[in-house]
Amino acid sequence: MSEVAHASHDDHHDDHGHHHKETFITKYIFSQDHKMISKQYLITGLIMGFIGIAMSLLFRMQLAWPGESFGIFKAVLGKWAPDGVMDADIYLALVTIHGTLMVFFVLTQGLSGTFSNLLIPLQIGARDMASGFMNMISYWMFFVSSVIMIISLFVEAGPAAAGWTIYPPLSALPMAQSGSGMGMTLWLVSMAIFIASSLLGSLNYIVTVINLRTKGMSMTRLPLTIWAFFVTAIIGVVSFPVLLSAALLLIMDRSFGTSFFLSDIFIQGEVLHYQGGSPVLYEHLFWFLGHPEVYIVLLPALGITSEVMSTNARKPIFGYRAMVASILAIAFLSTIVWGHHMFVSGMNPFLGSVFTFTTLLIAIPSAVKAFNYITTLWKGNLQLNPAMLFSIGLVSTFITGGLTGIILGDSTLDINVHDTYFVVAHFHLVMGISALYGMFAGIYHWFPKMFQGRMMNKNLGYVHFWVTAVCAYGVFFPMHFVGMAGVPRRYYENTAFPMFDELTNVQVLMTVFAIIAGLAQLIFVYNFISSIFYGKKGPVNPWGSNTLEWTTPQEHIHGNWPGEIPHVYRWAYDYSKTYENGEYIIAGQDFVPQNVPLQENEEELNH
Amino acid sequence: MTALLTFTVLVLVAIAIWQMTKIFELSQNKTERAEIANDSDNKNNGYLLFAFLVFIYGITIFSFAKYGKTLLPEAASEHGGEYDQLMLVSMGIIFFVQTITQALLHYFGYKYRGQKGRKALFFADNDRLEFIWTIIPVIVLAGLILWGLYTWTNIMDINEDDDPLVVELYAQQFNWTARYSGEDNVLGEANVRLIDIANANILGLDESDPNAEDDIIVKELHLPVGRKVNFKMRSQDVLHSAYMPHFRAQMNCVPGMITQFSFTPTVTTEEMRLNPDVVDKVKRTNAIRAKRAAEGIPNSDPWEFDYVLLCNKICGKSHYNMQMKIIVETEEEYNKWIAEQKTFKESVMVDETEQAFNTEDGVDIELEDTTSEE
Repeated sequence: MSEVAHASHDDHHDDHGHHHKETFITKYIFSQDHKMISKQYLITGLIMGFIGIAMSLLFRMQLAWPGESFGIFKAVLGKWAPDGVMDADIYLALVTIHGTLMVFFVLTQGLSGTFSNLLIPLQIGARDMASGFMNMISYWMFFVSSVIMIISLFVEAGPAAAGWTIYPPLSALPMAQSGSGMGMTLWLVSMAIFIASSLLGSLNYIVTVINLRTKGMSMTRLPLTIWAFFVTAIIGVVSFPVLLSAALLLIMDRSFGTSFFLSDIFIQGEVLHYQGGSPVLYEHLFWFLGHPEVYIVLLPALGITSEVMSTNARKPIFGYRAMVASILAIAFLSTIVWGHHMFVSGMNPFLGSVFTFTTLLIAIPSAVKAFNYITTLWKGNLQLNPAMLFSIGLVSTFITGGLTGIILGDSTLDINVHDTYFVVAHFHLVMGISALYGMFAGIYHWFPKMFQGRMMNKNLGYVHFWVTAVCAYGVFFPMHFVGMAGVPRRYYENTAFPMFDELTNVQVLMTVFAIIAGLAQLIFVYNFISSIFYGKKGPVNPWGSNTLEWTTPQEHIHGNWPGEIPHVYRWAYDYSKTYENGEYIIAGQDFVPQNVPLQENEEELNH
Repeated sequence: MTALLTFTVLVLVAIAIWQMTKIFELSQNKTERAEIANDSDNKNNGYLLFAFLVFIYGITIFSFAKYGKTLLPEAASEHGGEYDQLMLVSMGIIFFVQTITQALLHYFGYKYRGQKGRKALFFADNDRLEFIWTIIPVIVLAGLILWGLYTWTNIMDINEDDDPLVVELYAQQFNWTARYSGEDNVLGEANVRLIDIANANILGLDESDPNAEDDIIVKELHLPVGRKVNFKMRSQDVLHSAYMPHFRAQMNCVPGMITQFSFTPTVTTEEMRLNPDVVDKVKRTNAIRAKRAAEGIPNSDPWEFDYVLLCNKICGKSHYNMQMKIIVETEEEYNKWIAEQKTFKESVMVDETEQAFNTEDGVDIELEDTTSEE
């Protein structure tokens, strides 16, 4: 296939990289093809997601029925659940690894890695990434870091358990917590490799978007997906190195006796030698990545939503320029708001004031985005495919979760809800669930592009969406109340405080919803796997979409287009565009793909 | 005749085949589009979107009705009132926006569900609309920011005005200790390097500092109502957070650093126990606990309301049970209580001078050695 394809476009394209004969290994394992790499990211991410979600169900059971014995605990946790009762250390480890897996492995590389790789070349009209080799290295480093993270679950003294933020000294001192021994070492090594992987990937995305756009694809004609991936990659390049430095300094403190983050510690009957370091410094370094990370997770999801929503509403995205501007504004502001995680950390209160100011500023572009999505639906002809439902769901949870950010971003109000379940509810809705919905929307929407035109079963998709949507609110809406009642997060059980007794039944409600939601994901897993092999083939352009990826053949070929790369003559959102007399631009078709030249009498409206 | 018959049959067969392939093609076409939403999918899911809006409102109302009463009672500190008010206003704004935007989102999803032949409106831009929904958040948020920052600055302005009581909160895995500054109202110098467990100098007070002599170390926090308290927080091992939810107060305890928080308690424990919300809460909680007691489950004694200090920063295995009781009482009760407590000099320094009266320097080291051998 590749040879045939290549021969026909040889005259146009001078990339001679894909002549070699493909073996199983070069095609499926050490592939340099962006489409294959994207599938590798997706499947690795989904496996990590499966583990992460399963962990959350285990600790949610512990929260709802504290101290109860469960066969499943014994089966899964082994020595960490004597007589089937979950141990307090492993509870913290589960919480920690759940956060790590979901934030980094699923929603950063699983989401951004998958769709940046798949869509950047296809939507900007490029044969592949700028560096296919670097892309391959990036994936395999991600794979290695995933494997190390999984290995860390099986070490003798238990996996890292200091929370996904691994604040020292807890994470630095094995005497403070058993998980801070080998488990934490592996965690740090895994994350260091992960960061390198993410940087390689991001640099590649940036270079590709800047250099390899096809003729006519100006920056202002880029689909919003590409804008989102592009800006996400920039944020990643700016902020991930800071996390790497934090991780390296922590490794130094742990293994080589330095005192970057440690000072004046008396533990288990002895004074440690550390002097002069500051845990607050670590918090600054961590959140300098940690907060942009939230947008690294969220922006790709929002980009996917923009594209999916516009396509399925058969309407242009409302306010394209405002959307791009708000992506840029969010990206810029995201790097100067990290201190809102630290209002009560002991840092100077004046800094708290500054961070309150910048944090509430970021609500403005976020609000603009939400309103623009709603307006995109207005007077549309909404094709309620599963991807569209997930996109609408994303906007819903983005609003619900984002609004409570006004409380948490306000240094005053943060005092009493800081580190309570209120925070947990907030960030799960605004970033966890929203980004997951974005990921699902992307999977349902671009599944035919990934798997040779096969489509996922829509009815199973509907069941998946509706059960998930109801359960997501069922878990996280009542959770706000638990937080407002003052229940701290990361408590193994809440029975040590009689004032929390009456909140146990809320925990039961949330856990039941969580278990149902977890089971609903099995429907997705079944749908995903069976559709890869038995999914019905749909049309080449199943959703009637304007973007360039649908002009490629369903069969995957090296170089994406068998012939010349299409040129671009318009933006990506000419849906339902009409002449003045009300006729569609192309008769009988409510969309005008980007590679269709401007017609006679047609005005290039918009942007 | 037979020829004609044969010909007719052939034509009919041809037509049949032609028709069948056409039907086959059509059905093929249909299966191709089978996984794309059709009008009935749009209709069903449109209705479901509307139902989902009802569900969101429903769970909101349900949560308020069922769990609204579990929230913290009115603030028991001076700044807490202002905190609660800001929270109330912010929540009001949030629920207003939430109600409207969710309604628009899901209603549009229902109203404009796809139908064959419906034409969507090409509506790409409207500067006025965008200006409106940029400027409204700007104004609202500016208001909230200003109010929030004003309150924040007041809360965080920790000064010595109004004769505050100075109290140290000392955190360690997994318990709290409080140190009162005594009659001079100045805390003595302390450092983890001076901790001497064998001599009960558990907070590492500097015995040569005269300010330390009258310090009082206790495991239960008593506060006189109406008097400002300046808390100085320390931690000896990992990060902890001193969280006093009833007073809307929280500050991390950071090893190597002294952090501060200040508030004025306004409601005594006795008064709070009579607060109708608290009375109800205690009643509900004790009903649960009575049920547990009947089933023979431990940890089910009847509960009496008390203020409490919790650890709210993950600190290890028993993080979930790191607490200290806080008692807010009248000035007289407080004075009576504090007079009964032993000062640092009485409880520690005396013992030590008896034990080692002439070697001032060697004592610590020797004693440390013995502890580590144990």
